[in-house]
Amino acid sequence: MKFDLTINGEARQVDVPEDMPLLWVLRDVVGLTGTKFGCGIAQCGACTVHLDGEAIRSCVTPVSAVGAGAITTIEAVGGTPEGRKVQDAWLTLEVVQCGYCQSGQIMSATALLKATPKPTDADIDDAMAGNICRCGTYPRIRAAIKTAAEA
Amino acid sequence: MTKTPAFGLVDAARTAAISRRQALMGGGMMLAFLAVGRRKAHAAGEEPSLRAIGDGTIDTGDAFEGFAPGGFIRIGRDNAIHLIVPNVEMGQGIYTAEAMLIAEELEVGLDQVTVLAAPPNEELYKQPILQSQTTGGSTSIRGAFEPLRQAGAAARMMLIAAAAERMKAPAGSLRAERGRVIDPATGEGFSYGELVDDAAKMPVPQDVPLKPKADWRLIGTPARRVESAGKVNGTATFGIDIKVEGMKVATVKASPTVGGKLKRVDDTAARAIPGVVDVIRIENAVAVVGDHFWAANQGLQALDIEWDPGENAGLDTAALRQALATASQSGTPILGRQEGDAAAAMAGAARRVEATYELPFLAHAALEPINTTIHVTEDGCDIWVGTQVPTAAQKVAADRLGLPLDKVRLHNQVIGGGFGRRLVADSIEQAALIGKQVRYPVKIIWTREEDITQDLYRPAYYDRISAGLDQNNRPVAFMDRITGGSVLGAYLPGGLPEGTIDSDAIEGAADTPYGFPTLLVDWIRADPPVPVTWWRGVGPTHNVFVVESFMDELAEAAGEDPVDFRMSLLKEKPRAAAVLRLAAERSGWGGDLPPRHGRGVSLHGAFGSFVAVVLEASVGEDGAVKLHRAVAAVDCGMVVNPDTVKAQIEGGLVFGLSAALYNGITFANGQVEQSNFDTYPQMRINEVPPIEVHIIESDAAPGGIGETGTVSAAPSLVNAIFQATGKRIRTLPLSGVDLGERDAGLPPRRDRVPA
Repeated sequence: MKFDLTINGEARQVDVPEDMPLLWVLRDVVGLTGTKFGCGIAQCGACTVHLDGEAIRSCVTPVSAVGAGAITTIEAVGGTPEGRKVQDAWLTLEVVQCGYCQSGQIMSATALLKATPKPTDADIDDAMAGNICRCGTYPRIRAAIKTAAEA
Repeated sequence: MTKTPAFGLVDAARTAAISRRQALMGGGMMLAFLAVGRRKAHAAGEEPSLRAIGDGTIDTGDAFEGFAPGGFIRIGRDNAIHLIVPNVEMGQGIYTAEAMLIAEELEVGLDQVTVLAAPPNEELYKQPILQSQTTGGSTSIRGAFEPLRQAGAAARMMLIAAAAERMKAPAGSLRAERGRVIDPATGEGFSYGELVDDAAKMPVPQDVPLKPKADWRLIGTPARRVESAGKVNGTATFGIDIKVEGMKVATVKASPTVGGKLKRVDDTAARAIPGVVDVIRIENAVAVVGDHFWAANQGLQALDIEWDPGENAGLDTAALRQALATASQSGTPILGRQEGDAAAAMAGAARRVEATYELPFLAHAALEPINTTIHVTEDGCDIWVGTQVPTAAQKVAADRLGLPLDKVRLHNQVIGGGFGRRLVADSIEQAALIGKQVRYPVKIIWTREEDITQDLYRPAYYDRISAGLDQNNRPVAFMDRITGGSVLGAYLPGGLPEGTIDSDAIEGAADTPYGFPTLLVDWIRADPPVPVTWWRGVGPTHNVFVVESFMDELAEAAGEDPVDFRMSLLKEKPRAAAVLRLAAERSGWGGDLPPRHGRGVSLHGAFGSFVAVVLEASVGEDGAVKLHRAVAAVDCGMVVNPDTVKAQIEGGLVFGLSAALYNGITFANGQVEQSNFDTYPQMRINEVPPIEVHIIESDAAPGGIGETGTVSAAPSLVNAIFQATGKRIRTLPLSGVDLGERDAGLPPRRDRVPA
């Protein structure tokens, strides 16, 4: 089935099953591999992308549910002011270890700052508790979000 | 057993001895440096070019032209400097740390270099401690600290010699700095790129003095990680991200019972799914190949599979636990370490304290699911994978494909979490068996469910520990009888002979820093019918939990403060005492806390490092555990990158706390009962306390760091809970322990996921 998607500002037509999760459309059809597969059941957040600026788990979002919404992935989030600040803070505070979860972390953090420019610790918990980091970079993620919020 | 990869039991003296031997004889990594005299880059390994060394994107031609002194350094005429580091990056920061070691002596900045993964080549990249090209056991820096600096220094000396000839000046009057050799008097000189052809003709220096610590400009600084940028903008390529022309994507289902076989599979429904390309059978698994992962996975779910479950069809956790308990009483102990006559001292003690501790099997659950991309062609095979053991992976693939080693080109990638899982090449062997049946490149990705249920686990243990106190409450005897499977035996290709001690099984107990007058640590081998392997923190993660929990029990029995009690036994261990003192000071040990709050301490000296952690936790009336603050003090000898040390302690603690709070792999009807992060939960940001890390300045030999935080986690936690509640936890994880009305289920907010 054909779908007309807007991914990172570009129009893309894909011909895929309608129940195919957006994650696999991005990774295996469009070729954007920055968005990661971690669990397939919206438990780990590695697949987080933005749909019209809101964080969604692309591993459980069928492509048919995306409609005309604007999809933003890690490859383009640096083009937004919040995304740029978050990426800069991630580098400044050396958040990254293995890095596999960080695409999703950064997408969740960017969506948080868009909605809540000065988040409290509770806001950070709410927005980020869906993203697992097995390397345990959480303290630095929290600090980097605060740094980005001040930038 | 001198060549066993005893991951933690490598003391500083042994490491130093290895370095000395290498400097004299050229063993291990020194070979890479001594290969300096060869003129062509292809002399540096089986792979002729940087194209083969890197991720395939760096095109320098088939015969690299430039200065290729040994395995670690490539300097082109265009001044491009590539550092090929021997260990694989899986988050621990080793690309940065090893590049720092080379760059320090090569006199280049990290901003001037590109770091590449080493190709499989035992001659060039053998890890001197583990005696194989392996990344694990927090051995990388301990092994590389001297050889990599020597490699950088030798290359620098050859570049300076080349410049000296050209400038008709004595080499001693010239200086190397930021990729140039200059005459300090005039500032004139040449870039390294201008010198490469001449430098390659220079004799290899036989005497390679290293800079004294006081002259280091890079080592010891919190240098920026070299690979972070690609990890924050989506451009980093993990194994799972590999794209090869014409590639298909597959996913696999292996026998849900250990040792089971594929009996029959009806793939009619699977093949009817659009996008499904192939169904591949191997002895114990079936793979569905698709145009994309979704098709492959839909196909896999549609298979009608019948398994021959084999002899483990009835496996269940109660029986596994009982088997360990029985072995602990009736098995034959193998001596780990004996000091004096502990049995006699125990018999004469005024008081005996005894406890039994039980630990579960643990999965690794790295966030990047297991994956391998393989392309088998008429004339060989290419494999793209993230592995901690590139040569072992290459060999197992060559064996399965019937190819000579040099026909298997393995392209190692950054790893999305290792934790020991990728020390085993089982999934690469499986990929070879699948890949040989097709003629197109195929990327095989395990689902999370497959990743957790087909793991090789940290063994379960059943330990009986005891001590005798005299009338003044001083310990007179310490005994620890460990019962569990042999990780070393499972890991070594030839196994571990019966009756032989597994150094991993006793590590963290036999080498306890405490000065007990008598001591007996032994191990009863009880290999489970479950595959086991290394897990972050290896032996000490298990043994330090038992010993440090028990130290608190002893302190309680003696009526002493846990820190004071430990300190009294550390008179011969000043580095251990210093970290304990520092952690206690910085945590406000002894200060007032609210009701149902407690501080727990743990101490260990493993991997050549000393770490003490004080964790503050509270237990609600409902039994809910909350963590408030962690304070770590670390003496890991000379530090290459202090920010990495801090990051590893932070992350290691979280890794260990996750397991202690939530994780245990259990079996029912032969099958693993956990399968994804809903049933194998991990700590999340809302559960993690602030973590402070204090590093003690030290001139001692570098110690390992990646494992150490994990080792400290569980004992600090249970000791804090004891202080908060008076309840002693002797079985992990905590989610299986009643701490009041506590709901042992998932932590809060887990379901608040926008989807």
